[in-house]
Amino acid sequence: MTTKSYEVQQSEQITNDIEGYLHDQEHKNFLRFITCGSVDDGKSTLIGRLLYDSKLIFEDQMASLENDSKKVGTQGGDIDFALLVDGLAAEREQGITIDVAYRFFATDKRKFIVADTPGHEQYTRNMATGASSADAAVILIDARKGILTQTRRHSFIVNLLGIRHAVVAVNKMDLMDYSQEVFQNIEAEYREFAENLDFLTITFVPMSALKGDNIMTPSDKMPWHDGPAFMSVLENIDVARKKAEKPFRMPVQWVNRPNLDFRGFSGTISSGTVKPGDTVIVLPSGKVSNVKSIVTYDGNLDQASADQAVTLTLEDEIDVSRGDVIAEINQRPETTDQFQAHIIWMGEQPMLPGRPYLIKTTNKTVAGEISALKHKVNVNSLEHEAGKTLALNEVGLCNISLDEAIAFEAYRDNPAMGAFIVIDKISNATVGAGMIDFGLRRATNVHWQAVDVDKTARAEQKRQKPVVLWFTGLSASGKSTIANLVEKKLHALGKHTYLLDGDNVRHGLNRDLGFVDADRVENIRRVGEVSKLMIDAGLIVLTAFISPFRAERRMVRDMMEPHEFIEVFVDTPLEICEKRDPKGLYKKARSGEIKNFTGYDSPYEPPERADIHLHTAEMTAAEAADAVIAKIEEKYQEV
Amino acid sequence: MTSHTQLAHLQRLEAESIHIMREVAATCENPVMLYSIGKDSGVMMHLALKAFYPSKLPFPILHVDTTWKFREMIEFREKFAAEHQLDLITHINQEGVAMGMGPFSHGSAVHTDVMKTQGLKQALDKYGFDAAFGGARRDEEKSRAKERIFSFRSAQHRWDPKSQRPELWNIYNNRIQKGESMRVFPLSNWTELDIWQYIHQENIPIVPLYLAKKRPVVERDGMLVMVDDDRMPMKPGEEPEMKMVRFRTLGCYPLTGAVESTATTVIEIIQEMLLTKTSERQGRAIDKDSNASMEQKKQEGYF
Ligand SMILES: Nc1nc2c(ncn2[C@@H]2O[C@H](COP(=O)(O)OP(=O)(O)OP(=O)(O)O)[C@@H](O)[C@H]2O)c(=O)[nH]1
Ligand SMILES: [Mg+2]
Repeated sequence: MTTKSYEVQQSEQITNDIEGYLHDQEHKNFLRFITCGSVDDGKSTLIGRLLYDSKLIFEDQMASLENDSKKVGTQGGDIDFALLVDGLAAEREQGITIDVAYRFFATDKRKFIVADTPGHEQYTRNMATGASSADAAVILIDARKGILTQTRRHSFIVNLLGIRHAVVAVNKMDLMDYSQEVFQNIEAEYREFAENLDFLTITFVPMSALKGDNIMTPSDKMPWHDGPAFMSVLENIDVARKKAEKPFRMPVQWVNRPNLDFRGFSGTISSGTVKPGDTVIVLPSGKVSNVKSIVTYDGNLDQASADQAVTLTLEDEIDVSRGDVIAEINQRPETTDQFQAHIIWMGEQPMLPGRPYLIKTTNKTVAGEISALKHKVNVNSLEHEAGKTLALNEVGLCNISLDEAIAFEAYRDNPAMGAFIVIDKISNATVGAGMIDFGLRRATNVHWQAVDVDKTARAEQKRQKPVVLWFTGLSASGKSTIANLVEKKLHALGKHTYLLDGDNVRHGLNRDLGFVDADRVENIRRVGEVSKLMIDAGLIVLTAFISPFRAERRMVRDMMEPHEFIEVFVDTPLEICEKRDPKGLYKKARSGEIKNFTGYDSPYEPPERADIHLHTAEMTAAEAADAVIAKIEEKYQEV
Repeated sequence: MTSHTQLAHLQRLEAESIHIMREVAATCENPVMLYSIGKDSGVMMHLALKAFYPSKLPFPILHVDTTWKFREMIEFREKFAAEHQLDLITHINQEGVAMGMGPFSHGSAVHTDVMKTQGLKQALDKYGFDAAFGGARRDEEKSRAKERIFSFRSAQHRWDPKSQRPELWNIYNNRIQKGESMRVFPLSNWTELDIWQYIHQENIPIVPLYLAKKRPVVERDGMLVMVDDDRMPMKPGEEPEMKMVRFRTLGCYPLTGAVESTATTVIEIIQEMLLTKTSERQGRAIDKDSNASMEQKKQEGYF
């Protein structure tokens, strides 16, 4: 069936059976996709071509396109299809795309929303904007240039944003004599690169967007290509997500209270299906009720599913507000105030761990911070790299800690429950886009198996306030020695204590960890979690770990209640530690026998405001221990 | 079970628009909905009624009246506002009125700027609105296709197309400083066909001018202008002619071209539209004034 006869058929149906035609339109399958790839690969030209070939350009628009092509076109007066999408004055002047354009078109099989995105690295965030709502990505490659950094960057980012279907359009084949070899080489290279990505389908199409080869129909210039033309690839991508079959979640957007007798909770269902009578839990509060009714302007519904915007009323008068999530009771999402997430940084200013930002999820804005940058991703090699900050357009894996708990799911499992943006508190700019991987700890008030004998009860029985005394400092600075003395004194005072020492823990609990940055972070995280359990048991915990990074110490601090974490900085100059060298480690580090040794080839970040600062060069270990005890007593008064 | 697993096209659009409106109501301090009386405004109002049901609209409605709207539009507005008990604010730029502003005396560009763009800014400043809903769609025009759903405006109401905030998923950043504001476009992803189809499906009332009827028109610069009142000066030899016409968009009557048509029902409009070969903005004088003119107007604060 050619396009022509489809058109004639369509006109006939519009004339004779308009209701039937509209019904078909209404239930047509639907695809949102983007075009991306490097600068000038022909993305906008391709979209212009699609609009033109699907007869979406009206006569008046065509006349102004011809006019514009002569004035500002890149094709020497011939039609420049990119001008159909590059709608901003600055874009037309420079012949590039700056921001994403959303266009709509349809074929007899499908309706499409396409976002044409910019290739320039500078505008990567605009590409991500387009990609965030798309189900498929058309990645353009200029046949003359092959795969470029920007091709890889875009592929990685769209994949990170959850796009599982890629169409690799090898464009400008007209300039390479429609050579099969050129196409095959690019295909092979891309396939190799994509091994490290997570696409479900990748389809390769050789084409010329400018000349229209292989766009709507297979091109006779490339008889060697036996796959379908581009449009037919788009029409057949299967993106069914089955959102409605997942567990029910509805983030509450707005509390609907027209009068004292009605209290409804309005929101868009992110996944699953809900019916009156269903038992639901409200998170993070953990309150439980049953759905009374599903209210809409068009009458109450028997059920509602993913993507519908509805208003729920509940059987019980429980407290629910914007920011809460109403969820299926048996398969509830987790709640946490700390999680790990991938972040695409979009701010002109770099991302700084520890700096306060606002985190906005689909229905809640919470103050928080990026407590640690675990690693950056090199978009070219996809390798992990250490780093302290994320610059514009960089991607990293981060720990985030919030001032309040949120209900969430991994972005992979449920994008609507796992996505967030980062907002700069001063400029209000959107500076990052985040995708949650998993929670780092569960919020205290939910899920935590509530027991009658709790932390307070245990602590009271021991007549003490549980805390962790976190000793940090260089190797051989005296952490263990001082901690040991402090523990003895506390014990003598009748306190219940436990000392977690670096070396001992590494023999057992953390035997599987080495000394690279990621392992050091994990080492500390586990010690933090163990300390937390011991605090819960009512103990006074002493830890002696180098714990060189501020961000990790901060992470542990964030795990505890505010007064439970006491940071003790054992401040001993490097020269003194080197001289002491009780385990001969400095010697080995000097000779290169051991790597990543703190103070040598791995940094030590001293605390900025330690709770207790011990200048060991000026005191004996016993004096230092006394100073710690004095400080704790002082702290107890405060608490 | 498709009806339960995948929403139909208009259902999906409807849900998206409702989500956007609720987001504004929940997070903005003093929002307003711009109401132009046109078909898009009609759809937007209808969606707002749905979004907040059973509550009434949690914000007022603003019509910036240029004093040159079709008379039938004003009648329609009054009836509509009364019927839905809307909190309707009508703003007229009185400075413009004092200057005797009009498209015939001052030209379309100056008239639109003073009565519409300046009038709108006046009203937004006067009431201190921090967010204003508009019914613009991305398929209308090439610079609109580039605009965000939540579109930031400086304290001077300017749009900066070159540094728009990233807008990911349906998570909208509407944080602003004092004086700044947001324009919010809940119909961004609707097309002209969607609008008409929705009007048809939901039985949304529209100004009768959209439907063909014999009306007095004169042809000027290739545009059919309806003689709506006696403020329209006739050129020598000009004589209003009764023609079967309708309007694809509605604005100031001297600036809105009619099209000859026999479509007297919504379904006939849809049929005509599907088979036509010109775009809807073609009938607007304002778009032709200068190249890339919509982008420029938008930068200056036009909706
Ligand atoms: N010969 C040839 N030229 C093409 C083809 N496709 C695009 N071009 C030309 O390549 C240039 C860049 O095209 P655009 O469509 O603007 O490229 P783009 O990928 O949208 O660029 P950005 O959005 O700025 O990244 C223009 O001069 C096009 O006319 C093609 O298939 N063959
Ligand atoms: Mg482009």
